[in-house]
Amino acid sequence: MTDSNTLSHLDLETPEKPFLDANELVINMGPQHPATHGVLRVILRLDGEKVLGLECVIGYLHRGVEKIGEHRTYTMFNPYVDRMDYVAAVSNGLGYCETVEKLLHVEAPPRAQYVRVILTELNRLASHQLWLGTHALDIGAITPLFYTFRDREEILKIYEKYCGARLTTHAFRIGGLQYETYNGFEREVKNFLSFFRPKIDEYEELLTTNRIWVERTKNVGIISAKDCIALGVTGPVLRASGVKWDLRKAQPYANYKNFDFDIPTCQNGDTYDRYLVRMAEMRQSVRIIEQAVEGLPEGPVMAKVPKVMKPPAGEIYHSIEAPKGELGYFIVSDGSTQPYRVRVRPPSFVNLQALDLMCRGQLVADVIAVIGTLDIVLGEVDR
Amino acid sequence: MIAKFKGTYGSGIEPLTYAGQNYMVVDRSMIPEILQILRNEEQFDYCVDITAVHYPKREKQFDVVWVLYSYSRNERIRVKTQILDGESIPSSVPIWVAANWLEREVFDMFGIRFDGHPDMKRILLPEGWKGYPLRKDYGILQQDNEWVQINLGIESGQ
Repeated sequence: MTDSNTLSHLDLETPEKPFLDANELVINMGPQHPATHGVLRVILRLDGEKVLGLECVIGYLHRGVEKIGEHRTYTMFNPYVDRMDYVAAVSNGLGYCETVEKLLHVEAPPRAQYVRVILTELNRLASHQLWLGTHALDIGAITPLFYTFRDREEILKIYEKYCGARLTTHAFRIGGLQYETYNGFEREVKNFLSFFRPKIDEYEELLTTNRIWVERTKNVGIISAKDCIALGVTGPVLRASGVKWDLRKAQPYANYKNFDFDIPTCQNGDTYDRYLVRMAEMRQSVRIIEQAVEGLPEGPVMAKVPKVMKPPAGEIYHSIEAPKGELGYFIVSDGSTQPYRVRVRPPSFVNLQALDLMCRGQLVADVIAVIGTLDIVLGEVDR
Repeated sequence: MIAKFKGTYGSGIEPLTYAGQNYMVVDRSMIPEILQILRNEEQFDYCVDITAVHYPKREKQFDVVWVLYSYSRNERIRVKTQILDGESIPSSVPIWVAANWLEREVFDMFGIRFDGHPDMKRILLPEGWKGYPLRKDYGILQQDNEWVQINLGIESGQ
């Protein structure tokens, strides 16, 4: 087999130019890359292994959700919003339903609001679990993925029992809820909470003081509070940079003002801090769900909403704190059964703009860490 | 605050409220100045969203909408202006960096150009695509057949 001809290209000749030159190198990452969490393409400009700058190419998953909205009735468009941030479908639905309710001047009854909070916060847990598993996997820790997916399954089981779907749930309706909770809903949620609380410690045990994890995340992808605000970055990324801002507190929607919880923040704005903030947020979500299950009132779950919805002409911008940041809906009604214009302000799209700034001066391997820590979902970026 | 604006600028600004949300309709010529003042003097430091709405039957076909938020005041405001088809509008990237991708998306979907934008090109649709999908005269099944045939090698994406 050792044919000298076939191996000739391996001969070490004197290179024509120095092996290490100072030229810039442009390389392409994605769109089919396991660590870009979907179909994100990043064009990197490198000096050796150092990132000089990058450009994101997006749109591979563009389905024209906003256009579809203009051609569907308010009710028919509801399931479509689940397909944007598909790991936090319940949050998307909450934002959309509340916006249309504002246009219709109706409010969901108290029981519906409590169930909404329970399901949305469970969704925040599920979204953060998925983020933690995949983010750790990108960096090289395989174990957390199995732990988080094992526990996320319990949340999906509750969804499945409640509305029949696990991922794109379509759990809420305009005006409240389609379904009353099933028998034993409260008990199962409580069981889940007591099951889940020690699991957060388990995740933290795997990572928080893990030397490899700390080395890979500390001082990686630093972004200051000032830059976050200028770039419109929201959610855990903003809070990890030291801004104590959460829409659930700043402009309470649903009935979040009835619950007692803290907004976790950190100061450094690096990947490690964003990890800490999200872990602390999971604990706060558990606290909120606990209070909501305890205080779950009796009563109807659906407000009086007309079968054919014709909101009066007007326009509304309403936003909620989705797991990734501020998720806003801007809906223009012309008084007909279909929205005249639906605009979705996705947190992932705006947060992704910060990738360039956060990666400058870092190594190529850190780009993976920063994409993971931004917690983007391409279904939402491209819509 | 809006009353103060009204006093200074008179007929170019119309402050309105719908369902408890404040917005103002501003004359196109005053847009850069008003946005700058909102940012610097009224502390609207977070540009939440920029979008547009198409009204094909109007003479000034497009509404361009800025959604702004102030962290220090915990207050949201919308600024709206009307422009003609083909008319451009000054970019707000010098005021809020966040406007970069948001303006690119408005250009991509409506064909509204922003003067002084550092990188005015399509963002979600591929370069070279013809047509602006969120205009009302663009059909929901419509696509750039030529682009699809050349780049995807199929007759139609439908």
